[in-house]
Amino acid sequence: MMELVCPAGTPAALRAAVEAGAHAVYCGFADETNARNFPGLNFTPEDMAEAVTFAHARGAKVLVAINTFPRAGAEPLWHRALANAEAAGADAVILADIGLLAHAADRHPALRRHLSVQAAAANPDAINLYASAFGVRRVVLPRVLTVQEIAAINREIDVETEVFVFGGLCVMAEGRCSLSSYATGKSPNMNGVCSPASHVAYAEEGRDLAARLGGFTIHRTPKGAPAPYPTLCKGCFTSDGQTGHIFEDPVSLDATQLIPELAKAGVSALKIEGRQRSRAYVAQVVRAFRAAVEAQAAGRPMPETMLARLTEGQKATTGAYAKTWR
Amino acid sequence: MTAPLPRLPRPLRLAALPLPLPPLSLFLGAVTRRMVKSHPEMTRRLGDYGGHRFLIDPLDLPWLLLLHPADAAMTAHRRARPPAHDARIAGPLSAFLAMMHGAEDGDALFFSRDLTVEGDTAAVLALRNAIDDAELDLAEELATLSGPLATPLRGLLTGAERATGLTLHRMTRLDDFA
Repeated sequence: MMELVCPAGTPAALRAAVEAGAHAVYCGFADETNARNFPGLNFTPEDMAEAVTFAHARGAKVLVAINTFPRAGAEPLWHRALANAEAAGADAVILADIGLLAHAADRHPALRRHLSVQAAAANPDAINLYASAFGVRRVVLPRVLTVQEIAAINREIDVETEVFVFGGLCVMAEGRCSLSSYATGKSPNMNGVCSPASHVAYAEEGRDLAARLGGFTIHRTPKGAPAPYPTLCKGCFTSDGQTGHIFEDPVSLDATQLIPELAKAGVSALKIEGRQRSRAYVAQVVRAFRAAVEAQAAGRPMPETMLARLTEGQKATTGAYAKTWR
Repeated sequence: MTAPLPRLPRPLRLAALPLPLPPLSLFLGAVTRRMVKSHPEMTRRLGDYGGHRFLIDPLDLPWLLLLHPADAAMTAHRRARPPAHDARIAGPLSAFLAMMHGAEDGDALFFSRDLTVEGDTAAVLALRNAIDDAELDLAEELATLSGPLATPLRGLLTGAERATGLTLHRMTRLDDFA
Protein backbone atom coordinates (compact mmCIF):
# COMPACT_ATOMS: atom_id res chain seq x y z
CA MET A 1 0.00 0.00 0.00
CA MET A 2 1.20 3.54 -0.72
CA GLU A 3 2.25 5.36 2.45
CA LEU A 4 -0.11 8.11 3.59
CA VAL A 5 1.83 11.03 5.08
CA CYS A 6 -0.40 13.39 7.05
CA PRO A 7 0.01 16.83 8.62
CA ALA A 8 -0.10 17.79 12.30
CA GLY A 9 0.36 21.29 13.67
CA THR A 10 -0.40 20.28 17.25
CA PRO A 11 -0.26 17.11 19.37
CA ALA A 12 -4.08 16.95 19.21
CA ALA A 13 -3.94 17.00 15.40
CA LEU A 14 -1.27 14.29 15.44
CA ARG A 15 -3.47 12.06 17.56
CA ALA A 16 -6.39 12.75 15.20
CA ALA A 17 -4.23 11.83 12.18
CA VAL A 18 -3.02 8.57 13.70
CA GLU A 19 -6.52 7.57 14.81
CA ALA A 20 -7.87 8.37 11.33
CA GLY A 21 -5.38 6.00 9.67
CA ALA A 22 -2.21 7.95 8.88
CA HIS A 23 0.78 5.71 8.13
CA ALA A 24 3.10 8.63 8.92
CA VAL A 25 2.61 12.09 10.39
CA TYR A 26 4.84 15.07 9.67
CA CYS A 27 5.24 17.92 12.12
CA GLY A 28 7.80 20.46 13.28
CA PHE A 29 9.21 22.36 16.23
CA ALA A 30 7.77 25.69 17.39
CA ASP A 31 10.45 27.90 15.89
CA GLU A 32 11.99 29.08 12.63
CA THR A 33 13.27 25.62 11.74
CA ASN A 34 10.05 24.54 10.09
CA ALA A 35 8.10 26.05 7.23
CA ARG A 36 4.84 26.33 9.18
CA ASN A 37 6.06 28.65 11.93
CA PHE A 38 2.65 30.13 12.78
CA PRO A 39 1.38 31.44 16.14
CA GLY A 40 0.06 28.77 18.50
CA LEU A 41 1.26 25.87 16.34
CA ASN A 42 3.91 23.19 16.55
CA PHE A 43 5.74 21.07 19.06
CA THR A 44 8.17 21.51 21.94
CA PRO A 45 10.89 18.82 22.16
CA GLU A 46 8.83 17.25 24.99
CA ASP A 47 5.65 17.33 22.86
CA MET A 48 7.60 15.65 20.05
CA ALA A 49 8.86 12.81 22.25
CA GLU A 50 5.32 12.16 23.53
CA ALA A 51 3.95 12.32 19.96
CA VAL A 52 6.49 9.74 18.74
CA THR A 53 5.62 7.42 21.62
CA PHE A 54 1.90 7.79 20.82
CA ALA A 55 2.38 7.20 17.09
CA HIS A 56 4.76 4.27 17.45
CA ALA A 57 2.41 2.54 19.88
CA ARG A 58 -0.18 2.59 17.08
CA GLY A 59 2.15 1.60 14.24
CA ALA A 60 2.53 5.08 12.72
CA LYS A 61 5.74 6.95 11.93
CA VAL A 62 6.66 10.55 12.80
CA LEU A 63 8.62 12.63 10.29
CA VAL A 64 10.04 15.91 11.60
CA ALA A 65 10.16 18.81 9.16
CA ILE A 66 13.26 20.95 9.69
CA ASN A 67 12.83 22.42 6.28
CA THR A 68 13.78 26.08 6.39
CA PHE A 69 17.16 27.46 5.40
CA PRO A 70 19.39 28.35 8.39
CA ARG A 71 20.54 31.93 8.77
CA ALA A 72 24.29 32.45 8.85
CA GLY A 73 25.38 32.60 12.48
CA ALA A 74 22.17 31.01 13.76
CA GLU A 75 22.93 27.43 12.73
CA PRO A 76 22.81 26.06 16.32
CA LEU A 77 18.99 26.45 16.33
CA TRP A 78 18.73 24.12 13.32
CA HIS A 79 21.39 21.75 14.67
CA ARG A 80 19.51 21.51 17.99
CA ALA A 81 16.31 20.70 16.10
CA LEU A 82 18.05 17.75 14.42
CA ALA A 83 19.40 16.49 17.75
CA ASN A 84 15.97 16.90 19.38
CA ALA A 85 14.28 15.02 16.52
CA GLU A 86 16.69 12.12 16.93
CA ALA A 87 16.35 12.15 20.72
CA ALA A 88 12.54 12.07 20.37
CA GLY A 89 12.83 8.90 18.26
CA ALA A 90 11.64 10.43 14.97
CA ASP A 91 11.56 8.04 12.02
CA ALA A 92 12.98 10.62 9.62
CA VAL A 93 13.75 14.30 9.25
CA ILE A 94 12.60 16.34 6.26
CA LEU A 95 15.36 18.76 5.25
CA ALA A 96 15.91 21.29 2.47
CA ASP A 97 19.22 23.04 3.14
CA ILE A 98 22.43 21.51 1.77
CA GLY A 99 24.46 22.58 4.80
CA LEU A 100 21.94 21.06 7.18
CA LEU A 101 21.79 17.86 5.12
CA ALA A 102 25.59 17.62 5.35
CA HIS A 103 25.46 18.20 9.11
CA ALA A 104 22.72 15.56 9.52
CA ALA A 105 24.62 13.01 7.42
CA ASP A 106 27.78 13.65 9.44
CA ARG A 107 26.40 13.95 13.01
CA HIS A 108 23.19 11.92 12.83
CA PRO A 109 23.93 9.22 10.25
CA ALA A 110 21.32 6.83 11.61
CA LEU A 111 18.52 9.40 11.24
CA ARG A 112 16.71 8.80 7.94
CA ARG A 113 16.78 11.85 5.69
CA HIS A 114 13.99 12.98 3.37
CA LEU A 115 14.35 15.91 1.00
CA SER A 116 11.73 18.59 1.60
CA VAL A 117 9.67 20.06 -1.22
CA GLN A 118 11.37 23.30 -0.12
CA ALA A 119 14.52 22.04 -1.88
CA ALA A 120 12.61 22.17 -5.19
CA ALA A 121 14.44 19.13 -6.57
CA ALA A 122 12.50 18.56 -9.78
CA ASN A 123 14.84 16.53 -12.00
CA PRO A 124 16.87 13.30 -11.75
CA ASP A 125 20.25 15.07 -11.68
CA ALA A 126 19.33 17.13 -8.64
CA ILE A 127 17.72 14.20 -6.83
CA ASN A 128 20.63 11.86 -7.53
CA LEU A 129 23.04 14.48 -6.18
CA TYR A 130 21.09 14.75 -2.90
CA ALA A 131 21.00 10.95 -2.68
CA SER A 132 24.68 10.35 -3.35
CA ALA A 133 26.09 13.32 -1.42
CA PHE A 134 23.81 13.31 1.63
CA GLY A 135 22.22 9.87 1.73
CA VAL A 136 18.70 11.18 1.10
CA ARG A 137 16.27 8.24 0.99
CA ARG A 138 13.10 9.99 -0.13
CA VAL A 139 12.34 13.17 -2.04
CA VAL A 140 9.15 15.19 -1.80
CA LEU A 141 8.52 16.35 -5.34
CA PRO A 142 7.50 19.95 -6.14
CA ARG A 143 3.87 20.53 -7.10
CA VAL A 144 4.73 21.60 -10.64
CA LEU A 145 5.25 18.22 -12.33
CA THR A 146 2.89 16.16 -14.47
CA VAL A 147 2.31 12.48 -13.73
CA GLN A 148 4.32 11.63 -16.86
CA GLU A 149 7.24 13.74 -15.65
CA ILE A 150 7.10 12.03 -12.24
CA ALA A 151 7.22 8.62 -13.95
CA ALA A 152 10.22 9.74 -16.03
CA ILE A 153 12.04 10.98 -12.91
CA ASN A 154 11.35 7.73 -11.05
CA ARG A 155 12.93 5.73 -13.88
CA GLU A 156 16.22 7.57 -13.35
CA ILE A 157 16.51 7.64 -9.56
CA ASP A 158 16.91 5.04 -6.80
CA VAL A 159 15.23 6.90 -3.94
CA GLU A 160 11.57 6.96 -2.96
CA THR A 161 9.31 9.76 -4.15
CA GLU A 162 6.50 11.40 -2.20
CA VAL A 163 3.92 13.69 -3.82
CA PHE A 164 1.19 15.99 -2.54
CA VAL A 165 -2.35 14.76 -3.16
CA PHE A 166 -4.47 17.19 -1.18
CA GLY A 167 -4.53 20.70 0.25
CA GLY A 168 -3.05 24.11 -0.35
CA LEU A 169 -1.29 24.38 -3.66
CA CYS A 170 2.08 26.13 -3.90
CA VAL A 171 2.73 26.81 -7.56
CA MET A 172 6.14 28.45 -7.19
CA ALA A 173 9.69 27.07 -7.16
CA GLU A 174 9.35 26.16 -3.51
CA GLY A 175 12.11 27.34 -1.24
CA ARG A 176 12.96 30.05 -3.77
CA CYS A 177 9.78 32.15 -3.71
CA SER A 178 10.23 35.73 -2.54
CA LEU A 179 6.71 37.08 -3.07
CA SER A 180 5.75 36.99 0.61
CA SER A 181 9.21 38.25 1.65
CA TYR A 182 8.77 41.23 -0.67
CA ALA A 183 5.46 42.20 0.89
CA THR A 184 6.27 41.51 4.55
CA GLY A 185 10.04 41.39 5.06
CA LYS A 186 9.64 37.87 6.51
CA SER A 187 10.68 34.86 4.50
CA PRO A 188 8.77 31.59 4.04
CA ASN A 189 12.10 29.96 3.33
CA MET A 190 14.13 31.28 6.28
CA ASN A 191 11.56 32.32 8.92
CA GLY A 192 9.03 29.63 8.05
CA VAL A 193 6.15 32.02 7.38
CA CYS A 194 4.44 32.48 4.03
CA SER A 195 1.96 35.36 4.43
CA PRO A 196 2.68 35.75 8.16
CA ALA A 197 -0.50 36.40 10.12
CA SER A 198 1.18 39.38 11.80
CA HIS A 199 1.14 41.13 8.41
CA VAL A 200 -2.37 40.09 7.34
CA ALA A 201 -5.38 42.38 7.80
CA TYR A 202 -9.01 41.81 6.82
CA ALA A 203 -11.62 44.50 6.51
CA GLU A 204 -15.30 44.48 5.52
CA GLU A 205 -15.51 47.28 2.94
CA GLY A 206 -19.00 47.78 1.60
CA ARG A 207 -20.09 44.35 0.38
CA ASP A 208 -16.50 43.16 -0.11
CA LEU A 209 -14.03 41.47 2.20
CA ALA A 210 -10.64 43.09 1.56
CA ALA A 211 -7.52 41.08 2.43
CA ARG A 212 -4.22 42.91 2.80
CA LEU A 213 -0.71 41.55 3.18
CA GLY A 214 1.93 43.99 4.34
CA GLY A 215 -0.36 46.83 3.29
CA PHE A 216 -0.94 45.49 -0.24
CA THR A 217 -4.56 44.68 -1.07
CA ILE A 218 -4.42 41.24 -2.64
CA HIS A 219 -8.10 40.24 -2.75
CA ARG A 220 -11.52 41.82 -2.70
CA THR A 221 -14.00 39.03 -2.24
CA PRO A 222 -17.67 39.86 -2.94
CA LYS A 223 -20.26 38.91 -0.34
CA GLY A 224 -21.14 35.23 -0.54
CA ALA A 225 -18.06 34.22 -2.54
CA PRO A 226 -15.51 31.88 -0.90
CA ALA A 227 -12.64 33.73 0.80
CA PRO A 228 -9.11 32.66 -0.19
CA TYR A 229 -5.90 32.56 1.88
CA PRO A 230 -4.04 35.89 1.83
CA THR A 231 -1.20 34.65 -0.40
CA LEU A 232 0.23 36.75 -3.21
CA CYS A 233 0.52 33.80 -5.61
CA LYS A 234 -3.28 33.52 -5.56
CA GLY A 235 -3.97 37.24 -5.38
CA CYS A 236 -6.38 38.98 -7.71
CA PHE A 237 -4.75 41.94 -9.42
CA THR A 238 -5.59 44.54 -12.04
CA SER A 239 -3.08 45.16 -14.80
CA ASP A 240 -3.58 46.91 -18.13
CA GLY A 241 -7.28 47.18 -17.38
CA GLN A 242 -7.67 43.42 -16.83
CA THR A 243 -8.46 41.92 -13.43
CA GLY A 244 -7.67 38.32 -12.58
CA HIS A 245 -5.53 35.78 -10.78
CA ILE A 246 -2.14 36.32 -12.37
CA PHE A 247 -0.37 33.20 -11.08
CA GLU A 248 -3.00 30.71 -9.92
CA ASP A 249 -6.67 30.66 -8.95
CA PRO A 250 -7.42 30.22 -5.25
CA VAL A 251 -8.22 26.52 -5.47
CA SER A 252 -6.88 23.48 -3.64
CA LEU A 253 -5.29 20.28 -4.82
CA ASP A 254 -7.27 17.05 -4.79
CA ALA A 255 -5.53 14.27 -6.72
CA THR A 256 -7.60 11.39 -5.37
CA GLN A 257 -8.61 10.18 -8.81
CA LEU A 258 -4.95 10.22 -9.95
CA ILE A 259 -3.73 7.89 -7.16
CA PRO A 260 -3.68 4.78 -9.40
CA GLU A 261 -1.66 6.68 -12.03
CA LEU A 262 0.72 7.99 -9.37
CA ALA A 263 1.21 4.43 -8.13
CA LYS A 264 2.00 3.30 -11.69
CA ALA A 265 4.45 6.22 -11.97
CA GLY A 266 6.41 4.69 -9.09
CA VAL A 267 5.40 7.08 -6.30
CA SER A 268 5.90 5.57 -2.80
CA ALA A 269 4.10 8.03 -0.56
CA LEU A 270 1.17 10.45 -0.75
CA LYS A 271 1.25 13.66 1.24
CA ILE A 272 -1.61 15.73 2.61
CA GLU A 273 -0.92 19.45 3.09
CA GLY A 274 -2.24 21.36 6.11
CA ARG A 275 -0.13 21.60 9.24
CA GLN A 276 -1.82 24.95 9.87
CA ARG A 277 -5.25 23.32 9.89
CA SER A 278 -7.34 22.01 12.78
CA ARG A 279 -7.79 18.49 14.06
CA ALA A 280 -11.24 18.50 12.42
CA TYR A 281 -9.62 18.96 8.98
CA VAL A 282 -6.96 16.36 9.72
CA ALA A 283 -9.44 13.73 10.89
CA GLN A 284 -11.75 14.13 7.90
CA VAL A 285 -9.10 14.37 5.19
CA VAL A 286 -6.94 11.54 6.54
CA ARG A 287 -9.90 9.21 6.86
CA ALA A 288 -10.95 9.93 3.26
CA PHE A 289 -7.44 9.35 1.88
CA ARG A 290 -6.86 6.20 3.94
CA ALA A 291 -9.95 4.79 2.22
CA ALA A 292 -8.51 5.88 -1.14
CA VAL A 293 -5.09 4.23 -0.68
CA GLU A 294 -6.77 1.07 0.55
CA ALA A 295 -8.98 1.10 -2.55
CA GLN A 296 -5.92 1.57 -4.77
CA ALA A 297 -4.12 -1.33 -3.11
CA ALA A 298 -7.16 -3.55 -3.59
CA GLY A 299 -7.62 -2.49 -7.22
CA ARG A 300 -10.99 -0.87 -6.52
CA PRO A 301 -12.12 2.45 -8.08
CA MET A 302 -11.15 5.60 -6.24
CA PRO A 303 -13.87 6.89 -3.88
CA GLU A 304 -15.22 10.44 -4.07
CA THR A 305 -13.63 12.34 -1.19
CA MET A 306 -16.36 15.00 -0.73
CA LEU A 307 -13.88 17.36 0.90
CA ALA A 308 -14.49 20.51 -1.15
CA ARG A 309 -15.95 22.41 1.79
CA LEU A 310 -12.63 22.14 3.63
CA THR A 311 -10.59 23.58 0.79
CA GLU A 312 -9.48 27.05 -0.21
CA GLY A 313 -11.79 28.29 -2.93
CA GLN A 314 -14.21 25.49 -1.94
CA LYS A 315 -13.28 23.75 -5.18
CA ALA A 316 -10.50 21.42 -6.21
CA THR A 317 -7.97 21.06 -8.99
CA THR A 318 -5.61 18.29 -10.03
CA GLY A 319 -2.91 20.96 -10.16
CA ALA A 320 0.06 20.40 -12.42
CA TYR A 321 -0.48 16.62 -12.50
CA ALA A 322 -2.89 17.13 -15.38
CA LYS A 323 -2.35 20.80 -16.11
CA THR A 324 -3.33 22.83 -19.11
CA TRP A 325 -1.23 25.97 -18.77
CA ARG A 326 -2.68 29.30 -19.85
CA MET B 1 -19.72 18.12 8.42
CA THR B 2 -21.28 19.43 5.22
CA ALA B 3 -24.73 20.68 6.32
CA PRO B 4 -25.20 24.45 6.73
CA LEU B 5 -24.41 25.70 10.20
CA PRO B 6 -27.49 25.83 12.45
CA ARG B 7 -28.64 29.19 13.83
CA LEU B 8 -29.75 29.61 17.41
CA PRO B 9 -33.53 28.96 17.50
CA ARG B 10 -35.54 32.19 17.74
CA PRO B 11 -37.18 31.34 21.11
CA LEU B 12 -33.73 30.91 22.67
CA ARG B 13 -32.57 34.17 21.13
CA LEU B 14 -35.58 35.99 22.56
CA ALA B 15 -35.08 34.32 25.94
CA ALA B 16 -31.49 35.55 26.02
CA LEU B 17 -32.50 39.19 25.44
CA PRO B 18 -33.52 40.16 28.98
CA LEU B 19 -30.70 38.28 30.75
CA PRO B 20 -28.82 40.66 33.06
CA LEU B 21 -25.17 41.00 32.07
CA PRO B 22 -23.40 41.00 35.50
CA PRO B 23 -24.53 37.49 36.56
CA LEU B 24 -23.99 36.27 32.99
CA SER B 25 -20.42 37.59 33.12
CA LEU B 26 -19.87 35.90 36.51
CA PHE B 27 -21.00 32.58 35.02
CA LEU B 28 -18.88 32.97 31.86
CA GLY B 29 -15.89 33.94 34.01
CA ALA B 30 -16.25 30.82 36.16
CA VAL B 31 -16.38 28.55 33.08
CA THR B 32 -13.39 30.31 31.47
CA ARG B 33 -11.32 30.15 34.67
CA ARG B 34 -12.01 26.45 34.96
CA MET B 35 -11.02 25.79 31.33
CA VAL B 36 -7.81 27.83 31.55
CA LYS B 37 -6.86 26.12 34.83
CA SER B 38 -7.48 22.61 33.53
CA HIS B 39 -5.70 23.23 30.20
CA PRO B 40 -2.42 24.99 31.04
CA GLU B 41 -0.99 24.14 27.60
CA MET B 42 -3.53 26.55 26.13
CA THR B 43 -1.85 29.47 27.91
CA ARG B 44 1.59 28.27 26.77
CA ARG B 45 0.47 28.10 23.13
CA LEU B 46 -1.03 31.58 23.29
CA GLY B 47 2.27 33.05 24.52
CA ASP B 48 2.22 36.86 24.46
CA TYR B 49 -1.16 36.83 22.70
CA GLY B 50 -2.70 35.75 26.03
CA GLY B 51 -2.60 39.43 27.00
CA HIS B 52 -4.77 40.42 24.03
CA ARG B 53 -8.50 41.15 24.27
CA PHE B 54 -10.63 39.09 21.89
CA LEU B 55 -14.12 40.26 21.03
CA ILE B 56 -16.23 37.20 20.27
CA ASP B 57 -19.31 38.24 18.31
CA PRO B 58 -21.90 35.43 18.14
CA LEU B 59 -24.17 37.04 15.56
CA ASP B 60 -27.30 35.18 16.70
CA LEU B 61 -26.96 36.23 20.36
CA PRO B 62 -27.93 39.62 21.74
CA TRP B 63 -24.56 40.21 23.42
CA LEU B 64 -20.86 40.41 22.63
CA LEU B 65 -18.30 38.44 24.63
CA LEU B 66 -14.88 39.78 25.60
CA LEU B 67 -12.21 37.16 26.27
CA HIS B 68 -9.01 38.11 28.09
CA PRO B 69 -7.00 34.89 28.41
CA ALA B 70 -4.26 36.33 30.65
CA ASP B 71 -6.88 36.99 33.37
CA ALA B 72 -8.86 33.85 32.48
CA ALA B 73 -11.79 36.24 32.10
CA MET B 74 -14.82 36.43 29.85
CA THR B 75 -17.47 39.13 30.16
CA ALA B 76 -20.73 39.86 28.31
CA HIS B 77 -21.44 43.28 26.78
CA ARG B 78 -24.35 44.98 25.06
CA ARG B 79 -23.99 45.24 21.29
CA ALA B 80 -24.56 48.98 21.47
CA ARG B 81 -21.48 49.38 23.68
CA PRO B 82 -18.68 47.15 22.35
CA PRO B 83 -15.62 47.12 24.65
CA ALA B 84 -12.07 47.94 23.50
CA HIS B 85 -10.43 44.93 21.87
CA ASP B 86 -7.41 43.81 19.81
CA ALA B 87 -9.25 41.40 17.54
CA ARG B 88 -12.86 40.59 16.67
CA ILE B 89 -14.18 37.23 15.48
CA ALA B 90 -17.78 37.15 14.27
CA GLY B 91 -20.05 34.29 13.24
CA PRO B 92 -23.02 32.23 14.38
CA LEU B 93 -22.76 30.69 17.86
CA SER B 94 -22.81 27.24 16.25
CA ALA B 95 -19.57 28.04 14.37
CA PHE B 96 -17.71 28.93 17.56
CA LEU B 97 -18.97 25.85 19.38
CA ALA B 98 -18.21 23.51 16.45
CA MET B 99 -14.70 24.91 16.10
CA MET B 100 -14.06 24.72 19.83
CA HIS B 101 -15.11 21.06 19.92
CA GLY B 102 -13.20 19.91 16.85
CA ALA B 103 -16.28 19.45 14.66
CA GLU B 104 -15.46 22.22 12.19
CA ASP B 105 -12.21 23.58 10.79
CA GLY B 106 -11.55 27.28 11.42
CA ASP B 107 -10.03 27.90 7.99
CA ALA B 108 -12.99 26.21 6.28
CA LEU B 109 -15.38 28.46 8.23
CA PHE B 110 -13.33 31.43 7.03
CA PHE B 111 -13.37 30.21 3.39
CA SER B 112 -17.15 29.80 3.53
CA ARG B 113 -17.53 33.28 5.11
CA ASP B 114 -19.27 31.79 8.15
CA LEU B 115 -16.55 33.41 10.28
CA THR B 116 -15.01 36.84 9.81
CA VAL B 117 -11.94 38.22 11.49
CA GLU B 118 -10.85 41.80 12.11
CA GLY B 119 -7.91 43.29 13.97
CA ASP B 120 -4.82 41.32 15.03
CA THR B 121 -4.91 38.27 12.74
CA ALA B 122 -1.89 36.64 14.40
CA ALA B 123 -3.59 36.77 17.81
CA VAL B 124 -6.72 35.15 16.36
CA LEU B 125 -4.63 32.40 14.80
CA ALA B 126 -2.82 31.74 18.08
CA LEU B 127 -6.15 31.56 19.94
CA ARG B 128 -7.66 29.23 17.36
CA ASN B 129 -4.65 26.89 17.47
CA ALA B 130 -4.42 26.92 21.27
CA ILE B 131 -8.10 26.05 21.66
CA ASP B 132 -7.91 23.35 18.98
CA ASP B 133 -5.01 21.63 20.72
CA ALA B 134 -6.70 21.83 24.15
CA GLU B 135 -9.58 19.56 23.02
CA LEU B 136 -12.11 21.43 25.19
CA ASP B 137 -15.45 19.95 26.16
CA LEU B 138 -17.98 22.57 27.27
CA ALA B 139 -20.62 20.04 28.36
CA GLU B 140 -18.12 18.27 30.59
CA GLU B 141 -16.80 21.53 32.07
CA LEU B 142 -20.35 22.66 32.89
CA ALA B 143 -21.18 19.28 34.39
CA THR B 144 -18.08 19.41 36.61
CA LEU B 145 -18.93 22.95 37.73
CA SER B 146 -22.45 21.93 38.66
CA GLY B 147 -21.36 19.44 41.35
CA PRO B 148 -24.21 17.12 42.41
CA LEU B 149 -26.31 18.23 39.46
CA ALA B 150 -23.72 16.92 36.97
CA THR B 151 -25.67 13.84 35.89
CA PRO B 152 -29.01 15.55 35.13
CA LEU B 153 -27.15 18.43 33.48
CA ARG B 154 -25.31 16.05 31.13
CA GLY B 155 -28.69 14.64 30.06
CA LEU B 156 -30.09 18.12 29.62
CA LEU B 157 -27.15 19.22 27.48
CA THR B 158 -27.37 16.11 25.29
CA GLY B 159 -31.04 16.92 24.71
CA ALA B 160 -30.23 20.57 23.98
CA GLU B 161 -27.58 19.50 21.50
CA ARG B 162 -30.06 17.30 19.69
CA ALA B 163 -32.78 19.97 19.65
CA THR B 164 -30.64 22.91 18.53
CA GLY B 165 -27.90 21.31 16.39
CA LEU B 166 -25.25 23.13 18.46
CA THR B 167 -22.09 21.12 19.22
CA LEU B 168 -21.78 21.11 23.00
CA HIS B 169 -19.35 18.25 23.50
CA ARG B 170 -15.88 17.36 22.18
CA MET B 171 -15.66 15.22 19.05
CA THR B 172 -13.83 12.13 20.19
CA ARG B 173 -14.62 9.38 17.76
CA LEU B 174 -14.23 9.33 14.02
CA ASP B 175 -17.90 8.42 13.73
CA ASP B 176 -18.69 11.90 15.04
CA PHE B 177 -17.59 13.28 11.67
CA ALA B 178 -19.88 11.05 9.62
